[in-house]
Amino acid sequence: MSAKPFVLQLKNVTKMYSLGGEQIRALYEVTINIREGEFVSVMGPSGSGKSTFLQVASLLNSATSGEIILREKKVANYSEIDLAHLRNREIGFVFQQFNLLARTSAIDNVALPLVYAGVSASERERRAREMLIKVGLGDRLNNTPAQLSGGQQQRVAIARALVNNPSVIFADEPTGNLDSKSGEDIKNFLIELHKEGKTIVMVTHESEVANIAKRLVIFHDGEIVFDEQHGFNEQVKSEKSAEYVEVLKKQGKNFRKIFAKKTGK
Amino acid sequence: MNIGNIFAIALKAIMLNKGRSFLTMLGVIIGVGSVVLLTSIGTGLQSYVSDQFASLGSNVLYVVPGNPFAEGGGGSESSLVERTKPTLKRTDLAKILRNTREYVSEGTATAVTTAEAKRGDVTKKITIYAVTASYPDVQTTKAVKGQWFTSLDDDRSRRVVMLGSKIATELFGATDPVSKSIKLDGQSYTVLGVLEEKGGGFGGPSFDNYIYVPLNTVFDNFNVQVVSSLVFTSRSRDDIPLAKAAVEKVMLERLKSDEFTVFDQTQLLKQINSILGVLTAGLGGIAAISLVVGGIGIMNIMLVSVTERTREIGLRKALGATPNVILLQFLIEASLLSILGGMIGVFIAFLGTLAIQSVFPARILPSSIALAFGVSTMVGMVFGAAPARAASKLSPIEALRSE
Repeated sequence: MSAKPFVLQLKNVTKMYSLGGEQIRALYEVTINIREGEFVSVMGPSGSGKSTFLQVASLLNSATSGEIILREKKVANYSEIDLAHLRNREIGFVFQQFNLLARTSAIDNVALPLVYAGVSASERERRAREMLIKVGLGDRLNNTPAQLSGGQQQRVAIARALVNNPSVIFADEPTGNLDSKSGEDIKNFLIELHKEGKTIVMVTHESEVANIAKRLVIFHDGEIVFDEQHGFNEQVKSEKSAEYVEVLKKQGKNFRKIFAKKTGK
Repeated sequence: MNIGNIFAIALKAIMLNKGRSFLTMLGVIIGVGSVVLLTSIGTGLQSYVSDQFASLGSNVLYVVPGNPFAEGGGGSESSLVERTKPTLKRTDLAKILRNTREYVSEGTATAVTTAEAKRGDVTKKITIYAVTASYPDVQTTKAVKGQWFTSLDDDRSRRVVMLGSKIATELFGATDPVSKSIKLDGQSYTVLGVLEEKGGGFGGPSFDNYIYVPLNTVFDNFNVQVVSSLVFTSRSRDDIPLAKAAVEKVMLERLKSDEFTVFDQTQLLKQINSILGVLTAGLGGIAAISLVVGGIGIMNIMLVSVTERTREIGLRKALGATPNVILLQFLIEASLLSILGGMIGVFIAFLGTLAIQSVFPARILPSSIALAFGVSTMVGMVFGAAPARAASKLSPIEALRSE
């Protein structure tokens, strides 16, 4: 594999929450490097920190400590305004709940990030239309979310994530709210995007979905316990995470399949 | 991100949720509408009553028994009766006219009683206004049919009457009443004429409902022996103070100063205005309450609508909206709704005022528009922007998570 440049790097990122006076460690010393064009799926049991990882990496949430480097630029001491601009230009989001604006046409939904980017109205419409055609909804431009099926809504959301040509697309359980057929559609779509060279980071608990990615990362107790690029993390600090690593290791080469079964429900 | 774009976003958001937008505006509409309408009624009422009194004549002097204007120390009813016990006599009229010719041009004496008027099958309880033949000159009342009775009719106690316009219609319908006869408490009277419509009254006593009978006729045929007031007109408006002094001087020859009062229109108007002032203040109070209620309505719907849209705010932030852009969007939305609502409120008050104007001259005050508009839009903007400001500061994740 030729060494493409890094798009997103996390270095020793820790995220602490305070919940009812108690400090909860959601992420602990997480380090990961993602190169351009990679398709990474993130798995882990509930509470493992995979969602927090996605939020922090996508600049929706701030880290307590550590470094985030986006396109080789350190995201540190950024104001909320700078972060908003960065999200607008560099990040595309696909949510489990679609999160489309209700009563708003598909084309207006897709164009929304461009509004905040200050793109002119005619250009917004041209690009939004182009993206909707790309996701196969060229004939549904003016339909509102209520007039679209779940799968179609998620495709609108994907079009929206693509419209500003972001550096990384973050998908949070993109098939979690869909029936199996629509889920299959979205999966194929993500594979397609990966082939086009998009960088995708996807959180999922469904193994079949995780399997479409080229690189699997497993979280436990806020730590990365397995990263397909590096194998098992021998530096896990938490006892529970270390146990988890042992369990997975014992599964040998088949662990990916077995892991999928364990967390598949 | 220019302001035009944010404006477009705000406008789109308003249009997208017409129901919510309308409810938000409703608070402003009610607040502004009721304040403007109520104050227009208040001021209209005041100017209406003032005009009515002015139309009675501005160079008219009244003499009444006792002192109706006295600030009732005890304020009890008996003291009012005491203060206004009958002291005037018909002879006072002639005496005053004789001695004050320099300033006073005309005068009449009046008395009031009630009777049952009957004409054919129609029987009505009516008020008899007993006056002298000079009454129409003093109070500028014209006969539209027939002729006013003469001094001779009065001197001879002839049983003749003039009818107010309304009572004439009630008793005679379309028939011309002139020279016909009616019965007052069983006695026959000849109708000499009908007076022009004077209007007013507001359901209270109106000149149009009176039957005018010569004073002596009333003294001779009804159980009334006292004059309730003497009315004079001065030669000019400027003569009023002099005429008043002259009349007082004549009256003092016979009565003590607290046994009668001479007053003119301005005094009466002052009295009326002080009552109307209280009324207007009362209406203003109601208006203020509706403004407060309207304001609370605006506040509630703004709070609810912004809370309901926290998720939308989260999404917009995730997609690149900065906190200021969010705040500006909601501020523009709130302002547009408040201003539009205010304009609709003023328009409704305007329509209401037009409708009321057929009854009396209600008048919209620019100051009430400014106040109502200002308060409502301020409340709308503050309570639209405050929760939006809080929401704009939420992290996008927290906002997105809210249901």
